[in-house]
Amino acid sequence: MDFDLMITSFPKLVGATIVTLKLLSASLFFGLFLGLFFAILRLNKNIFINKFAYGYSYIFRGTPLLVQIFIIYFGLGQIEYLRTTFLWVILKEPYWCAIIAFTLNTGAYTSEILRSAFQTIKPGIIEAGKSLGISNKIIFYKIQIPIAIRQSLPAYGNEIILMMKGTSLASTVTLMDLTGVAKYIISTTFKPIEVFIVAGGIYLFMTFIIHNVIKYLEKKYSFQQ
Amino acid sequence: MELLAFGKTGWGDELFYATLMTIAVSITAMLVGFFFALIFTPLKLSKYKTLNLVGNFYTTVIRGVPELLVIYLFFFGGSGAIMYVASIFGYYEYIEINAFITGSMAIGIISGAYSTEVFRGAIQSIDKGQFEAAKVLGINKFGQFYKIILPQMLRLAIPNLSNVWQITLKDTSLISVTGLVEIMRQSYIAAGSTRDPLFFYSFAAVLYLLLTYVSMKLINKLEVRYSRGY
Repeated sequence: MDFDLMITSFPKLVGATIVTLKLLSASLFFGLFLGLFFAILRLNKNIFINKFAYGYSYIFRGTPLLVQIFIIYFGLGQIEYLRTTFLWVILKEPYWCAIIAFTLNTGAYTSEILRSAFQTIKPGIIEAGKSLGISNKIIFYKIQIPIAIRQSLPAYGNEIILMMKGTSLASTVTLMDLTGVAKYIISTTFKPIEVFIVAGGIYLFMTFIIHNVIKYLEKKYSFQQ
Repeated sequence: MELLAFGKTGWGDELFYATLMTIAVSITAMLVGFFFALIFTPLKLSKYKTLNLVGNFYTTVIRGVPELLVIYLFFFGGSGAIMYVASIFGYYEYIEINAFITGSMAIGIISGAYSTEVFRGAIQSIDKGQFEAAKVLGINKFGQFYKIILPQMLRLAIPNLSNVWQITLKDTSLISVTGLVEIMRQSYIAAGSTRDPLFFYSFAAVLYLLLTYVSMKLINKLEVRYSRGY
């Protein structure tokens, strides 16, 4: 055990954690909206809209995240037309490519989580709202969405943890996130176990925090018995 | 598509073999995972706190740390660890383990953590009366597990194991970083030499979709088979 290496690499790895957290929060933020959007499309009665939303979630859940990042980072740059548009400003940056890939990926999973949450809402609750003369729009925003969010908290907590682990793939497109820096230190010092303990410890710490925050929220917003 | 032609002109045969490699790694990793699950599930269900702790440590660490980091640990640390063990037995030559074994072991350990959770959940959801009835009938411990608990457990576990299989299949794409030529690595090589990454990575995505689709169909059949009588 090389404790000196563990101590000297700790600050570097903590610095890299900030990149990981930035990637995670940005993709979760955009992914939540995307997921909500596609969950609503899934509940639409129009079969084409429905199938489109299903196809989106099927493709992004059925392929590895690595393929998705590579298609966006290496693949899209190949289209000549894209290079002339303003989109190229975003797509030439690995940072934004990673965020786009993560957003699309987590959006697919989130849409499934929210869809099943919407479907488990008891019809009686919506009927109660209707009989009180509340408009459909208000019922949706003030009754269905809050209940769905509460219902999906445990599953969404798992998704946040999965996504946090997913951000490690950013290191494959040259970003120096926690895994990227860990790999760099391993490949220069050839001390994989020490670095794994420190970097893994940081990841576990984040998992622990996320897990407990979700647990707290679940308790706070639990239904009155 | 001439890019996908078989033979020397296209990448068809290379990608075909790469797909077989992905399937082989996934199956090996899944079996390695079952082996780990077989060890750690009893530990998690044990009456003893220390054994519980060991089981929980395994599943918590593996499920809380990115797959890529575990793969790097095996990739960079694997041969070192084997050489250390070999040096105890007096063997000091350089030993290199091949990428297939490193990859399947790394993915297998990850898959094992998920399988452990699935088996634990399945065993716990079996009615207590089943255990007691088996005991009352005087069936020995071995028979209790293999004839009474296991068949009931499999029915409950298969839907979740199919999720584990999907995760494992997708995780194999990550061992492309170790240089094992599976779908992802082959697409990377092909994309590099033809300068057509969009086509090859999209094709890789199609291959993965095909694999997940076909395996889902097969697992559904298995599910029906094990749910007979319910």
